Amino acid sequence: MASAPSSTSASPADGIHLPDTARDLVKILVAGPFGVGKTTLIDSVSEIRPLHTEEHLSEASASVDDLAGVRDKTTTTVAIDFGRVSLAGGVVLYLFGTPGQERFRSLWDDIAYGALGALVLVDSRRIDASFDVLGLVEESGLPYAVAFNAFPDAPRHYGEAQLRRALDLEPGTPMVTCDARDTNSSVDALLALVDHLIATQEAVSR
Amino acid sequence: MTGRPAGRPLVPAYLSTGGVARPSRPQLERLSVLTRGDAPVPAGLPAAALALLDVLEGGALALVEAAALLRLPVSAVRVLAADLADRDLVLARAPIPPADRFEPDLLKRVADGLRALKH
Ligand SMILES: Nc1nc2c(ncn2[C@@H]2O[C@H](COP(=O)(O)OP(=O)(O)OP(=O)(O)O)[C@@H](O)[C@H]2O)c(=O)[nH]1
Ligand SMILES: [Mg+2]
Repeated sequence: MASAPSSTSASPADGIHLPDTARDLVKILVAGPFGVGKTTLIDSVSEIRPLHTEEHLSEASASVDDLAGVRDKTTTTVAIDFGRVSLAGGVVLYLFGTPGQERFRSLWDDIAYGALGALVLVDSRRIDASFDVLGLVEESGLPYAVAFNAFPDAPRHYGEAQLRRALDLEPGTPMVTCDARDTNSSVDALLALVDHLIATQEAVSR
Repeated sequence: MTGRPAGRPLVPAYLSTGGVARPSRPQLERLSVLTRGDAPVPAGLPAAALALLDVLEGGALALVEAAALLRLPVSAVRVLAADLADRDLVLARAPIPPADRFEPDLLKRVADGLRALKH
């Protein structure tokens, strides 16, 4: 993707290796359609310059050929970017920018494996662009929260109830507004998800 | 036990109780933690394997980070790392140590850690 970092050195810069205190590695998906602000949000929270992997849309069959340096010319690749932030208490949180198109389904399942949940970014100027990703999240059973990324020319006339109806959200699904360029705002959006996960966990174990 | 479509097993390998053919190690995930093992590097390793060992000299990395730094597909690094782990050249552990799995406080630690990031 054009917005992904274009060069990462194979000899890592200082700070790329995990801190010795790293114990629990957890991940959250930052999901949404093209250009919604996934990379921007990851960048504003990450302690490392976001990295990316090149993924084949049919990964399983591609691995052996890649090792031999031979590529099937018709294979489509997509860049998946991710960031990392070390938290107190030995937790290292990874954020994976995950495109929501239906054709990314197999890749989606692999990235979603073991994730705590997903933060689904929505651009209120084009709500329907997020329908695919919401479908994928719901099918995968991942708990999620919705964050409206506030672009300056976004329509302000929608009420919360209207937006919820347009996205067909369950009453319990958190919905917040965020500015992906702002660290505090991005952290708040992630917290809306994690607090929701905690509440769900408590409800289940009660 | 039958009829599950292709894809991931319902139970991750590390949670299965073992059976006929227990795999030599758990299935490697994107966030499996890789570190350099103790075994000396044998002659004749392929360049990609040497590059992986090299990038782990400086410390531990999640598998996906190694893939990004080496510019290799995640699937290729899974194969490489599993092979090197079988030869004790690489140590691989699960993203969350068994003792912490299903620990109810894990989410609270994530939330507290995120709150501490705000300024
Ligand atoms: N005003 C405003 N602009 C934003 C915000 N978030 C992202 N942008 C801008 O929107 C554009 C796209 O953002 P990206 O973070 O690259 O979006 P993406 O989801 O990673 O896009 P793809 O990787 O192409 O799918 C960039 O020019 C950002 O600077 C926001 O919260 N407010
Ligand atoms: Mg991006």
